[in-house]
Amino acid sequence: MTTLHRAAGERFTLELTLNGQRRSGQAEPRMLLCDFLRHELQAFGVHVGCEHGVCGACTILVDGRAVRSCTQYAPQADGAEIVTVEGLAEPGTLNEVQRAFARHHALQCGFCTPGILCSVTHFLRETPRPDEQQVRDMLSGHICRCTGYASIVTAILEAAAAMSRDA
Amino acid sequence: MKPVAFDYYRPQALAEAVALLSDMGDEAAILAGGMTLGPMLNLRVARPRAIIDISRIPVLKTISVHSNVVLTGAGVIQNDALGSDVIQRELPLLAMALPWVGHFQTRNRGTLGGSVAHADPSAEIPLALITCGGTVVLQSRRGQRRVPAREFFVGVLMTQRRSDEIVTALEWPRSAPDASHAFAEIAQRHGDFAIAAVACSVRLDRLDQVEELSLGVGGVEGRPVAIQVNSFVGRPAGEIATDLSEHAAGSLTPMEDHLVSADYRTALTKVLVGRAVNSALEMIRQRRDHLQ
Repeated sequence: MTTLHRAAGERFTLELTLNGQRRSGQAEPRMLLCDFLRHELQAFGVHVGCEHGVCGACTILVDGRAVRSCTQYAPQADGAEIVTVEGLAEPGTLNEVQRAFARHHALQCGFCTPGILCSVTHFLRETPRPDEQQVRDMLSGHICRCTGYASIVTAILEAAAAMSRDA
Repeated sequence: MKPVAFDYYRPQALAEAVALLSDMGDEAAILAGGMTLGPMLNLRVARPRAIIDISRIPVLKTISVHSNVVLTGAGVIQNDALGSDVIQRELPLLAMALPWVGHFQTRNRGTLGGSVAHADPSAEIPLALITCGGTVVLQSRRGQRRVPAREFFVGVLMTQRRSDEIVTALEWPRSAPDASHAFAEIAQRHGDFAIAAVACSVRLDRLDQVEELSLGVGGVEGRPVAIQVNSFVGRPAGEIATDLSEHAAGSLTPMEDHLVSADYRTALTKVLVGRAVNSALEMIRQRRDHLQ
């Protein structure tokens, strides 16, 4: 057994899987995971809002789970499987949830949207046929200042129904 | 904001983590899920010289059932606990408290032990632990120490943990099969810090008198408080709710902050105790109707 040590202020090479591809970049211990993904790996779909875990904009999938990327530090993601909004559908296409968001105007400025789409991906895997209350509980972890949430709830419920019909 | 520069250590075994903490003491912070330490680091409220990341130590992630207790490793993730059959069956009070802990996205990373070690006065997991009379297990180079949860929490973000100790596990008494439980909370928005929260467990005898009762209140004082309820044992269950509400509210000295006055916390305590007790008793009635 060994303890991994990364010295304060020293840069090291961090390797992880981003949207199915093995990637690496330079980090120091205190670097926020969201900053690593944006600045080193150009995953600009990771939006950085409050930087203390409250607003939900930076939510990504780490090993399949929807989590904040602003309250994790780069060395913690060593070897992780990360999916950001860029990896939720084939490039140039939209998935079922994204199409429902477009149909129902579930976004205006779009700042909160990538985080919500990542959350919904994990949420619907665990809860394929949610009711409105369950969707609203899940959405309580995201702040959207444009929509008032109603259109987001409608889009998620419609996408969930369509996806479980197809399944 | 960004945290101060820190050394990062990731031990793979508990003994290594204990040795590191023993050397660094107060200068190091233990990082598990980071749902409370992360914000404190980013806001620079916490400025540790070193971070010891215990999130990849397998022994801290286990849940085990013993004759009288369930032992949950400090690193068990809150959503994993919520999805655990063992916890649903053996620790129904914890299972009822967990959906109130933060949000789906924070429960996916936050841990049981992290919430206890941090000791926010409004946190639900500490409240469930003191209500059921659980124990906090600590490890240092000097050995293992077990502290009853009702003594562990001292005040706002203050516990009996010494600077060289790691919270390694929580010990929860198994729920009796005929016990009934309830959890009630009021926050500004779902997932926000509780203004007041109440946990309650009750067992009745054949005459519907209270045989066992425990009641905990969180968010009102600087730490979760187990209310002294001995005088309610033996009383007919149907008539305790109002008295218990008054009794609980009367035994607390509520905090006051920029949003909530002490009087409002007292008023909420009364309402929530009533709701929790009535909901626990209703569950007993439904269970009996179902059996008949």
